[in-house]
Parts: sequence; C-alpha cells; structure tokens
Amino acid sequence: MDTIIAALPYLMAGLKVTLYIFFFSIIFGFLVGLVTALMRLTSIKPLNWIAKVFVDIVRGTPFIVQLFFIYFGLNGLDFISLDRTVAGILTVSLNAGAYFSEIIRAGIQSIDKGQTEAARSLGLTQAHTMRFIVLPQAFRRMLPTITNQSIISFKDTSLLSIIGIADIVQKGKVQASTTFQPFEIWLTVGVIYFIVIYLLSVLASFVERRFVLR
Amino acid sequence: MTLIQVQNLKKSFGELEVLKDINVAIQEREVVCVIGPSGSGKSTFLRCLNRLEDITGGHVIIDGQDITDPKLDINKIRQNVGMVFQQFNLFPHMTVLQNIMLAPMKLGKGDKESLEKKALELLAKVGLSDKAKGYPGELSGGQKQRVAIARALAMDPKIMLFDEPTSALDPEVVGDVLAVMKQLAVEGMTMVVVTHEMGFAREVGDRVIFMDGGYIVEENIPKELFGNPQEVRTQAFLSKVL
Repeated sequence: MDTIIAALPYLMAGLKVTLYIFFFSIIFGFLVGLVTALMRLTSIKPLNWIAKVFVDIVRGTPFIVQLFFIYFGLNGLDFISLDRTVAGILTVSLNAGAYFSEIIRAGIQSIDKGQTEAARSLGLTQAHTMRFIVLPQAFRRMLPTITNQSIISFKDTSLLSIIGIADIVQKGKVQASTTFQPFEIWLTVGVIYFIVIYLLSVLASFVERRFVLR
Repeated sequence: MTLIQVQNLKKSFGELEVLKDINVAIQEREVVCVIGPSGSGKSTFLRCLNRLEDITGGHVIIDGQDITDPKLDINKIRQNVGMVFQQFNLFPHMTVLQNIMLAPMKLGKGDKESLEKKALELLAKVGLSDKAKGYPGELSGGQKQRVAIARALAMDPKIMLFDEPTSALDPEVVGDVLAVMKQLAVEGMTMVVVTHEMGFAREVGDRVIFMDGGYIVEENIPKELFGNPQEVRTQAFLSKVL
C-alpha cells in the first residue's frame, strides 16, 4: 500500500500528460474525421479518392507502425523535425480521424434523403442544409460510436510511452522498476485507466441523454 | 400571367425514361391537380418544377426564369416555390416554430421577432397555434403535414407544389389537410397538386391533368375530365378509382 501511495504523485503526473495528449488528439481527430467524411461525400472525385486512400491506409496498418513512421520515419528526413509530443498527438489524431471519418460518413448517410430535400426546397444552400439539418441529426446518432472510438483512442495513447512520452504507462514502467513491485504498480495503472474511461462513458451517456431525447 | 411553362420536359433515371415529352403552362392563381396511376411520372414531374430532380431535357420556366440554365441560382427560385412532401419531412430536432422559422431566418427574410410573429400567424392559419413549442415527434400525421404547409408558406412562395400530401395520412385527418389546401386555393395561391384525392381535384382544381407512361394523356377542367373523359386510358383509370 505504501508503495502505491508513494508512486501515486508520479502516476498522476503521467495521467496529466495522457489526458493532455488525448484531449488534443480527439479534437484534431474529430476535425480530420469531419473534413475527410465530407470529402468522401462530395461529388468531386479527387477529394473522394484522397479521403478514401487516407482511411484505407490508416485502417490497413497497425497503430505502432504509424507511430514509428511519423516519429522515426518522418524525423529521419532532413527537413522535418517533430517533437515527440507533437508526433504523438499527430499519430493519435490521424488514427482516430480515419475511424471518425467512417463513423461520420455513415451517420450523415443514415439521415433520410427527405430531410435534405425539404431543406433544399425551401431555398437553403447545401452548406446550410448540412450544418443545420443533417449534421445535428447525424451527430446524435453517431454519439455512441464516437464515444466508443474515443475510448479506443484513449487507450491507444498508452503506446506513446514507446517513443518516450512521459505518460502514465511510462511513469508506471519507471515506478515498477525502481520499487521492484510491479504487481502493485501495474494494478494501480490499470485501475486509474479504468476509472478515467468509466468517467468518460458516464459523461458520454449524460450527453447522449441530453441530445437523443427527440 | 403564365407562372410555370414546361416545354418538352424529359427525365430519365439511367436507362429508364420516366418523363417523355411534357408540355404544359400553368397560370398565376391556377390550381392544377395531377392524377394518374403509380409509375406514371407525376411525382417526378412535380419534382422537376423546383429541380429536386436534375432535368434531362427540355425547359422549365418558373416566373420567367429557365431553371434548366446551369448558371441560374436555383436556391433563389426555390425560395419562391414551396413544396409539401408525402412524408412531411419535418426537421425532428427542431420545435415546430423553429421548423417554420429556419429558412426565413437563414435567408434574411426579416428579424427574429417579425419572423416569429409571422410563424405564429401561419400556425394559427393551419389551426395549430398550441403546438408552437412542441416537437414534430409529438404530432399526429395530419398535424405534421399542416406544419409542413406552414413551413413552406413562411417563405412567401408564389407557387406551392404538393406531392401526394395526404397519401401517408390516416383517413380521418385527410380532411384537415385538404381544408388548409382549399383555403390556400381560395386565397389565390398558384398550386400544383399531385393527388389521389379525386374529390379534392374535382372540387378545388381549376384544371386536372391525367398522366400515364411519362406523358400528359389528357387535361381539362375537372367537370369535363371526370364527367366526359376523351382518352381510353383516362377512362380506364377513372373507372378504377371513382
């Protein structure tokens, strides 16, 4: 027990880094997902193609390879220099973005065509229709799947410790090797992850209940 | 004055030719009912009038402007052409009032207060003043359709298009919707109504168009078309539905 109490401040410092990276990754990831989903749905062929290739590449390769490619691979080029935190956020954002892209695309396509027709028949532009009619309804439907992907991405951040980011897993490694009590330390790390993810899902179901009333 | 002029209108979905050669002129304040068997192209014809369907060939001239011209801003035309759908297509995430006010708000038709006042007047007109703060999911089919009519009217259209507005309704509420439409007709709205309600077509229509196989087979004043149809196909159709 003493070991755990002594290790907690370090682990909490690591959790802060994990949450920080997660926060920015989800925001950027959602934006990447939204933009690429809209690219998939336009009638402009090159944009469809770029978005599809992006999603296919991310889905077709392991997260760890994406991380190594961005941090070691891109940094190996003379004209690129990425801080490890930037590389970490970039990798999680792009990875989550590809999955968000498919979720958002499916959400948009699930909205009845009649909604768009009604809005357009009133003289609203395509952009207005997307913003005020389709996306708000699609977003409500997407919430559970978005929550799910966010939790997966949250757990993916644990892999960033491999490139030396001082997240909770990295801190756990240090604590486990300095205290020689890996059982207590990794149990604590696991419990912390569990609690944070539980709180995230409680928050998500609260948001869902607020929005999915209709 | 001619508000809608349709010349040699053709519409195909891939290989399937749905409208073959439609020619018709509709005057201001005229109420034209379009009847015909399912698959005759009557809904497609209506949807070409505000270009919800891409037009394959010919011309559709609305209030002097050819909407087949690709350079034309179709959104401007649509602001003057209201449409009511069989499936209502109300926006379920907005209140009844928001449904009615959205388009005029976003298209700069006035300030919030005056638009709200107008929306409430329209709701009163369709007999649903008490539903302003409700959501579409709380309304019956007949109420939904009347809100949809109010929503279309909020843009002050010159023309109203109705695509089988009562086909998805329970029989006992059809009358409420038809009454609102009749009131509009009396007030002088130019209307094109695709319908199966022969009673409405006979009573309210100035002219009835019978379509079959992608053509206008016959058109006449209701009394003549229903009482004395000239074409064999019209006679066959009417003998089944009347």
